[in-house]
Amino acid sequence: MLDLIGVRKVFNAGTINEKVALDGIDFHLSEGDFVTVIGGNGAGKSTMLNAIAGVWPVDGGKILIDGQDVTGIPEYKRAALIGRVFQDPMMGTAPDMQIVENLALALRRGKHRGLSWGVTQKEKELFYEQLASLGLGLEERMTSKVGLLSGGQRQALTLLMAALTRPRLLLLDEHTAALDPATAAKVLELSDRIVSENGLTAVMITHNMTDAIRHGNRLVMMNEGKIIFDVSGEEKAKLTKRDLMDKFAALAGAGKESDRMALS
Amino acid sequence: MPLLDYFASLNPLNLIKSFPASISQGLIWGIMAIGVYITFRLLDVADLTVDGSFTTGGACAVMLILAGWPSWAALIVAFCAGVLAGLATGLLHTKLGIPAILAGILTQFALYSVNLHIMGMASNKSLNPDKYRLLLTSRRIPSAILVGALFTLALVLILYWYFGTEQGSALRATGNNPAMSRAQGINIDRMKVIGLALSNGIVALSGGLMAQYQSFSDINMGRGAIVIGLAAVIIGEVLGEAILGKRLNFFGRLAFIAVGGVIYYLVVSVVLWLKLDSNDLKLFTAVIVAVFLAIPYLKRQAHTSFRSAAKRAAKEKGGEENA
Repeated sequence: MLDLIGVRKVFNAGTINEKVALDGIDFHLSEGDFVTVIGGNGAGKSTMLNAIAGVWPVDGGKILIDGQDVTGIPEYKRAALIGRVFQDPMMGTAPDMQIVENLALALRRGKHRGLSWGVTQKEKELFYEQLASLGLGLEERMTSKVGLLSGGQRQALTLLMAALTRPRLLLLDEHTAALDPATAAKVLELSDRIVSENGLTAVMITHNMTDAIRHGNRLVMMNEGKIIFDVSGEEKAKLTKRDLMDKFAALAGAGKESDRMALS
Repeated sequence: MPLLDYFASLNPLNLIKSFPASISQGLIWGIMAIGVYITFRLLDVADLTVDGSFTTGGACAVMLILAGWPSWAALIVAFCAGVLAGLATGLLHTKLGIPAILAGILTQFALYSVNLHIMGMASNKSLNPDKYRLLLTSRRIPSAILVGALFTLALVLILYWYFGTEQGSALRATGNNPAMSRAQGINIDRMKVIGLALSNGIVALSGGLMAQYQSFSDINMGRGAIVIGLAAVIIGEVLGEAILGKRLNFFGRLAFIAVGGVIYYLVVSVVLWLKLDSNDLKLFTAVIVAVFLAIPYLKRQAHTSFRSAAKRAAKEKGGEENA
């Protein structure tokens, strides 16, 4: 349902800081896939998610969602098909607006925003139920400004907002990296639940190899703007952290050698 | 004693007599301040177009009334002219990538010529309130206050409704968190253009009211409008938060900004009553605005500056020695 065909993105082209972030990447997702993406800093993980979301136009290749070519469609229009949660908990919500207002904005993703009322009574009831399902007590604070919530609460809310319209694709960009371990675990568990309950197709970037192994049905490793390892099903379930480290050392090659030298 | 002579020369009665005129002018500037609030607070853009669009509104209103239009129709055209000015700034900013503040300055600069053209290449045009039926005039202050208050009330109600709609919510989100807004499918460029157009329409409307009130339009009538608008926004917000605290909702906020415009003009009348040179008024206003804009920053600094950290550290050391 998602196809990246030879997608290329170069930052600062033609300057001394030129960086090939995506080097003609091919990546295919099937309906209902939950893929975890790992890789070192600068491997191109976030760049790949941003390319899918349409944060900027790519420099080459094609992006298809459900067979529809979205390469030339800007971010705000692609948003109809995509739900996103960012690494920075501050990024996914409007802090000076109420919890219900944020949810109402998310509910209208991909729809025309006209002059009818921004939040209806019926929607408020729906949001009450949805918030209650998070188990964070947010349903009793529906008119609170989101800026008053903790990072974990905001991330949980962003997750809810991302899944609210049952998007074709859910993109999680290291969405637990800025949280403390206990909160991160809760948000991850919630992510699992939301993905399975709504039957979403999801891509999750993580720096945590254990999380990458434990969650999802498929695992992808990236290096220097390419996918260097791709496992799914049984094979993925049997993976250990050790396997991944060895795989990375073997496949990433010279780059990894120098990392090891730097560490020793 | 020159100081005693000075105080003796001040007549409190004169001050009180000047209040009604200040209130009626303040209400008109309050409407402009509500326009400024849309860009400054909701869109998080300092839009300098207003100095020009205020005059545009005044010029349109005066010329059309002189041409025999009814004053309400002239005001509608003034509003539309302001919308066009805001549109120009919005398109310069979003389509051509010019920083918002510069886009506003460019439009304002261009409007000087446009406004002269509107006024038939004259730098001012007067309206005889005896000859034309005006919505409000400084000759009948009580009715001017009533008209100003009704306009303000209607505007606050309309904006309260608009910013509660789907589109209005999207506009608020755009100013609050652009990255989130795009991810939620909001065309933020479009929202910015709409916000700038709406804001300048309201500013031009208030320019049209002001021109009728003072029975003339002048090429310089909008000079410094942005600063007066900011002053009213800040005075209104500080006052609203002091009086209502957490109960200050969006409706109250808009209403208090209108009140901020009135208070600004009352302060001005006190300053003039104290026989300070009216030429110093702009300096005085700029200082007030700078002080109020700085307060939130300075408050934060009081808690988290290096200097206060050093003080706390010094205190702790003293404590250890005592123990």
